[in-house]
Amino acid sequence: MEVIFLLIAISLILAGTFLFLFFKAMKNGQFDDNYTPSVRILFENNSKKTKKNQPSKPKSYE
Amino acid sequence: MKPEIIPTHTVSCFHCGEDCEELMIVSEDKSFCCQGCKLVYEVLSENDLCNYYDIANHPGESQRSKKLQSNRFDYLEDIETANLLLDFQNETESHLTFHIPIIHCASCIWLLENLHQIHSGVFSSRVDFLKKKVQIKLIRDKITVKELVSLLSTIGYEPQINLSNLDKKQGVGLDKRLIQRLAVAGFCFGNMMLFSIPEYFSEADLIDSSFRGLFSYLNVILAIPVVVYSASDYYRSAWNSLKQKQINMDVPIVLGIIALFVYSLWEIFAFQRSGYMDSLGGLLFFLLLGKIYQQKTFSTLEFDRDYKSYFPIAVTKIVKDQEDVIPLAKLQVGDVILVRDEELIPADSLLLSTMASIDYSFVTGEEVPVPKQKGELVYAGGRQKGAAILLTVQKSPSQGYLTDLWNNETFEKGKERLLEPLSTKISAVFTWSVLFIAVSSFAYWAFIDFSIAIKVFASVLIVACPCALAMSTPFTLGNTLRIFGKSKFYLKNASVVERLALIDTVVFDKTGTLTDPANAKINYIGEVLSDESKAVLKSMVERSTHPLSNRINHWLGNVTGLALDQIEEIKGSGIQAGFKNQIFKLGSRKFTGFISLINNQAGNIVSLTVEGQELGCFFIESGLREKASEVVERLKSDYEIHLLSGDYAHEQLYLEEKLGSGITYNFKQSPSDKLSYLKDLNINHHSLMVGDGLNDAGALQESQVGVAISDRVSHFSPASDAIMDSEVFGMIPNFLSFAKSSRHIIKASFILSLLYNFVGLSLAVQGLLSPVICAILMPLSSVSVVVFTTLTTNYVAWKKDLLTFKLF
Repeated sequence: MEVIFLLIAISLILAGTFLFLFFKAMKNGQFDDNYTPSVRILFENNSKKTKKNQPSKPKSYE
Repeated sequence: MKPEIIPTHTVSCFHCGEDCEELMIVSEDKSFCCQGCKLVYEVLSENDLCNYYDIANHPGESQRSKKLQSNRFDYLEDIETANLLLDFQNETESHLTFHIPIIHCASCIWLLENLHQIHSGVFSSRVDFLKKKVQIKLIRDKITVKELVSLLSTIGYEPQINLSNLDKKQGVGLDKRLIQRLAVAGFCFGNMMLFSIPEYFSEADLIDSSFRGLFSYLNVILAIPVVVYSASDYYRSAWNSLKQKQINMDVPIVLGIIALFVYSLWEIFAFQRSGYMDSLGGLLFFLLLGKIYQQKTFSTLEFDRDYKSYFPIAVTKIVKDQEDVIPLAKLQVGDVILVRDEELIPADSLLLSTMASIDYSFVTGEEVPVPKQKGELVYAGGRQKGAAILLTVQKSPSQGYLTDLWNNETFEKGKERLLEPLSTKISAVFTWSVLFIAVSSFAYWAFIDFSIAIKVFASVLIVACPCALAMSTPFTLGNTLRIFGKSKFYLKNASVVERLALIDTVVFDKTGTLTDPANAKINYIGEVLSDESKAVLKSMVERSTHPLSNRINHWLGNVTGLALDQIEEIKGSGIQAGFKNQIFKLGSRKFTGFISLINNQAGNIVSLTVEGQELGCFFIESGLREKASEVVERLKSDYEIHLLSGDYAHEQLYLEEKLGSGITYNFKQSPSDKLSYLKDLNINHHSLMVGDGLNDAGALQESQVGVAISDRVSHFSPASDAIMDSEVFGMIPNFLSFAKSSRHIIKASFILSLLYNFVGLSLAVQGLLSPVICAILMPLSSVSVVVFTTLTTNYVAWKKDLLTFKLF
C-alpha cells in the first residue's frame, strides 16, 4: 500500500507539469487565434525557392 | 507585351471575378476588367506569388473602386501620428497591427503573410483571420509606416485606420486571466475529487484509514490556490459592492467560500475529518466556467464607439493653393479643407464651392443626398457625392452638432444605475435570510451545546452556500446571449437580457429603422411633363432641403435645371417659382390650389400647378421596412409604441394607415430632442429604443436598452447595448418574449435551488448534517440547476423559432 504515497506524488507532479505547460502555451499566444493556423499549415512554402532555381527573371512589365 | 484592349461579351476578370463589361484587358492569356486588377496580378506574378490565385477563386473580389490618391496617407508622415500605430519598436524594427476588414479568404491570409516577398522591408507578418487583423514586423530603415500602408492598399488590403484606434490601445489579457483562474481551479478540483473518493465511500473502507489524514492535508494544500487565486475576482467585486452599501450576487458567494474554507480547516485540523474542500474547488470551477460562458461575447463587434470612430483620420487642408494632408486632431477653425467624392465631412463647415450634394444617410438614415448651396452650413458626418468641394471649418471636430451629443452627460454615466439585476435583488434577500437563520439557530443551540452551535452555524452557511443560486444566472443568461447571437442579434453583455425582459415601451426611429429609404416609391399622376417643366421642377426641388423635394429630385434624375426668375420656399407649404412670367407652385394642395380629388393613392401628396392650372400630383410613399407593420402589430398588444422622426409630420397619415392607431408619433425631433424624449419616458417607463443612424446615438444611450439596426453588423453602428442585423428586424417580438422567458427561467431555477437549500437548511439547523448528505446535495444542486437552465432556454428558444436545427 505504501506505493500509493509515491504514486500520489508522481501524479501531482505530472498534473502540475501539465498545468505549467498550459500556462506557458497560453502566454505564448497559442490559444489567441485558433483558426488561422489551420489554414496556414496548408500553404506550400516553396514560392521563393522556385525563383532561386530559375536564373533571374526579367524585371519589367512593359 | 503591350496589352490589347478588346470590346467584350461577358468574361469574368481573372483577379476580381467581376464581369468585364466595358473593356477587357488581356495579358498573359488572362483577362482583366481594369488596369488595377491587371496591375495587382503583375505585382504578384513578378514576385512569384501567383499561388494567390490557386488557393481560392477570384480572391481579389469586393474591391470597391476607390479613387486612389497618392497623398491619401500623407498624414502618416507625421511621426507622432505614425508612432501611435506602433505596438513596439526598437532601433532596427517596429511592430504594428492593422485591422483589415477586407480579409475574407485563405488567399488573403497567404498573400498578407508573404508580404516580405513583395517588400524587403517587411520582416514578417501574421494574420489573425477571425479578428481580421494582421501583425507586421518591419525593418525601420527600409520601409516607413506610410509606405507600408500604401503597399497594403495597392495590393487591395487597405487597413482601416481611424481616430479611436489611434487613441487607445485595447486592454488585452482580461480573458486570459480568467482562463488561468479556471485552469487552476480545474486542476485543484480534479485532484481534490480524486483524494475525496475514499471519503465518499467511507462506509466501504476502500483504503487504509492512515491515508485519510494525508488526503485531507493534500486537499488543504490544493484548496489554497483556489481560495487565494481563482476566487480573487469575487472578493474584489463583493468588497466593491459592500463599500457602496449594496449586496450583489458575489457577497453570498464570498461568504460561502469563506465559510466552507474555514469550517473545513477547522474540521480537518481539529477533528481529523475530511472537510468540504472538494466542494469548494467544484464550486469555483463551475462558477468560473459559467463566467467564461457568459463572457464569450463577440469580439469582432464594437459596442462602445464615440464620434471619433466615424470620422476620417486625416483631412486635406488647402494652404496657399497647396494640398496638405493633416491629421484631424490638428484641424482648426477657419481652415479651408477639400472634401472629395465619397469622403466624410469632418467638422461643421461653411460651403465655399457653389454646389454640394451631401448624403446624410450615415447620420439620419435618409439616403437621398441633400443639395447645398454656397454659403450654407454643412454638418459633420455627411458624405459628399460628386465633385470635390471646398469648405471652411466653423467648429472644431469635437464641438460639432453631432459630437455635442457625446458631450451630453448621458454618455458619462454607466448604465447599471438604471436597473437592479434580478439576481442582485434575490441575493440580497437570500444573504440576509441565511444570516438570520444561521444566527438564530446558533443562538438556539448555544443554550444547549456550544460546540454543536458552532457546527450548526457553519453548516447553515455552507449548505446554503449559493452554488446553485449563483450558477443559475450566468448559465441562463450566457445561453440566452448565445442563442440571440445565433439569430444575429448581438447583445453587449448579459445584463442587457435582464433589462430587455422588463421593457414596456418600444420607441422606433422612423427613417432607416421602420422605413427603408431604398424602398421609397414615387408615382406621378397628371399631365405628361414637358422637358421644360421638368427642368423648372428640377431647379425648384434642388433649392429645397425638404425630404420630399429630395425624393422628387431623385425621381427626376439627370435633368438639367434652368435659371428661374424668382424662387421662394414657404416652410411647411411648398415652393413657389417664376419662369417666363408663369408662377409654378409645388407643395401641399392647399398651397397650390389643387382641388381635384384623387384618393386611390396612398402616401404623401405633392401637387404641382402652373398659374393655378392643375398639372399633376406626386404620390410619395416612404417604403416601410419589410415586416415593419407586422412587428408593430405584434408588439402593440403588450407594449406602448412611440415613433420618433427627424422629418416633418407630412407622413403621419400614411404611417397611421399602414401601422394602425395607438402609436405616439413625434416628428421634427432633433438628435437632442430624441435624447430628452427618452429621458422623460424613462421616468415611468422601461424603454427600448430601436434606431440606426448617428442621430439616434443619444436616444440609444439614454434608453434602457438601445438597439442599433445595421445592414452590416461588423460595420458602422452607433454606440448601443445591442446590434441587430436588419435581416432579423421581423423577429423583434420573438426576441423580447424570449428575454422575458429567460427571466422566468432564472426565477424557476432560483426556486429549484431554494428547494435544495430548504432541504439542506432544515437538516443543518437540526445539527443532522452528515458529510455524505453534504457531498450529495452540493454537486447535485449545482449540476441539476445548470442542466435545467440550459435545457429550458434551448427548449424555449426552439419554441419561439430562434433555434431551428437542434436542441443543443
